[in-house]
Amino acid sequence: MSLTITLATTRRILAQLRHDRRTLGLLIGVPSLLMILLRYVMDRPQAFDRYGPILLGVFPFIVMFIVTSIGTLRERTSGTLERLMTMPLGKLDLLVGYALAFGVTALVQAGVVGVIALTWLGLDLQGPVWTLFLVTLLDALLGMALGLFASAFARTEFQAVQFMPAFVLPQVLLAGLFVPRGQMSAVLQWVADVMPLAYAVEAMRELTWHRSVTGTLARDVAVISGCALLALVLGAATLRRRTD
Amino acid sequence: MMSYAVEVDGLRVARGGREVVHDLTFSVPRGSVVGLLGPSGCGKTTLMRSVVGVQIVASGTVTVLGHPAGSRQLRRRVGYATQNPAVYADLSVRENLRYFASVLGAPRGDADRVIEEVGLGGARDRVAANLSGGQLHRASLAIALLGAPELLVLDEPTVGLDPVLRGELWGLFHELAARGTTLLVSSHVMDEAARCERLLLMREGELLADDTPDALRTRTGAQDLEEAFLHIIQGHEVAA
Repeated sequence: MSLTITLATTRRILAQLRHDRRTLGLLIGVPSLLMILLRYVMDRPQAFDRYGPILLGVFPFIVMFIVTSIGTLRERTSGTLERLMTMPLGKLDLLVGYALAFGVTALVQAGVVGVIALTWLGLDLQGPVWTLFLVTLLDALLGMALGLFASAFARTEFQAVQFMPAFVLPQVLLAGLFVPRGQMSAVLQWVADVMPLAYAVEAMRELTWHRSVTGTLARDVAVISGCALLALVLGAATLRRRTD
Repeated sequence: MMSYAVEVDGLRVARGGREVVHDLTFSVPRGSVVGLLGPSGCGKTTLMRSVVGVQIVASGTVTVLGHPAGSRQLRRRVGYATQNPAVYADLSVRENLRYFASVLGAPRGDADRVIEEVGLGGARDRVAANLSGGQLHRASLAIALLGAPELLVLDEPTVGLDPVLRGELWGLFHELAARGTTLLVSSHVMDEAARCERLLLMREGELLADDTPDALRTRTGAQDLEEAFLHIIQGHEVAA
C-alpha cells in the first residue's frame, strides 16, 4: 500500500464531487429536507425523538451506498478501473482512497443534518456529540463497502440503482422503523440480528437517549465496524486485475 | 539486452465459452512500431489485453520485457490505451493526468509534457465530458504516455481524428520508437499500416501474416496493402 497513491485517489474522488455541484447539493440537501419533513409530519417532539435517530442512522448508509455503487460501476465500465489495475496501484490504495473521500463527505453531511436536527428541529441528543459523528462515519463506511461489493453484480447503472432498495429497505423495515423489533416474529428477529443497518439504527437511538456511552452502544459500534471491514474485504475481492 | 519486447507463444483465449484467439505465436522487436490489423471482432483487443496482462488466458505464454505479462515489475513500464477512452469524464484533462501521474509515480511536469505531446494544450482545463471524441481519445492516449513507458500498447489510438492530427500522432509514435520505445498499435485503417515497421494481420482469432509492409507487398505482388491483405485472406481461405 502506498500513502501517496491513496491520498491521490482521495483527492481525485473529492475533485470529481467538486465538479458535480448538483450531486454535492443533493448529498447535503436531501437528508436535511427529509429530516425537516419528518419533524413536521410527526408534529410531536416525542415522536420525532423516536424516529429522528433512525433517519440519522439510515441516511449516511443509503447515500454512500448509492454514490459508491454507481461510482465504482462507472470505474468498471469506463475502463478507468482496468487502467488502474495495469498500474502500480494496490487494491487497498483504491479502497482506502474511496473510504477517506466518502468518510469526509459523510462527516460534512452528518454535520449539516445533525446541526439542523439538534437546533432548529429540537432533537434531544443526550449522549456526547462525538459518538454521533463516530456512528455516522462507520455507517457511511458500511454503506460504501456494501455499495462497492454490490457494484460487482451490476452491469448497468439501472441495475446498480435498484440494488439500493434491495439492500436497504429490508434492513430499514427490520431495524424497527414501523414495528419495534421486539414485536416481530422470532424468525424475523433472528434475521434482523444479522442485518448490520439494524445496529446502526440502534446505536443512533442509544446515543440520542442515553447520557453516557452504554454497553449496547459500544457493542453496536463494534458490530458495525466488523461488518464494514468484512464488506470491504468482500468488495476488495471483486476488484480483479485480470478479467474475462 | 533482449531483442524482443513482447514474445507470445501458443496463446489461446476463450471468452464466453468460445475460443476467440487460436494458438498465436509472434514476437515484437524492441524499438519498433508494430501494427496489429484486422477487422473489428477479429481478436485484436483480446490480444492486446493479453499483452497488458488484464485478460484471463486459456493457455500459452506472453512475455513482456522479459517478465510474464501483467507482472508487478511491468506496471510502470507498460503504457496501455484502450479503444474506449478510459478517463474520468467529470475531471479536467489536467486533473485526469495529474491523478494517473501520481499513481505511476511519474516525475513532476510529466502531466503537462504529455498534454503537449498529444496536442491538447488548449483544452487542458476543460472537463473531459465536454471534449470532442477525438480529444477524448488523445487524453486517454496521453495517460498511456505518462512516465515514458518502454512498451506502449495502443488500441485504435487514431479513431475519429482528422488526417492532420493522425499524421502528427504517427510522427510522435516514430519519434518515441527512435528513442527506444516499442509500440504495438492496432488499427483498421490501411494507410496507417504503411506507417508501421512490421504488421500483424489477424482474422477470426488467427494470425494470417507477420511481416514488413514491403515484404507483404512483394510476396503477394500487390500494389497496396489493402490488395495484399485481400490476397492473403483469399489464400488462407483456399488453404483452409
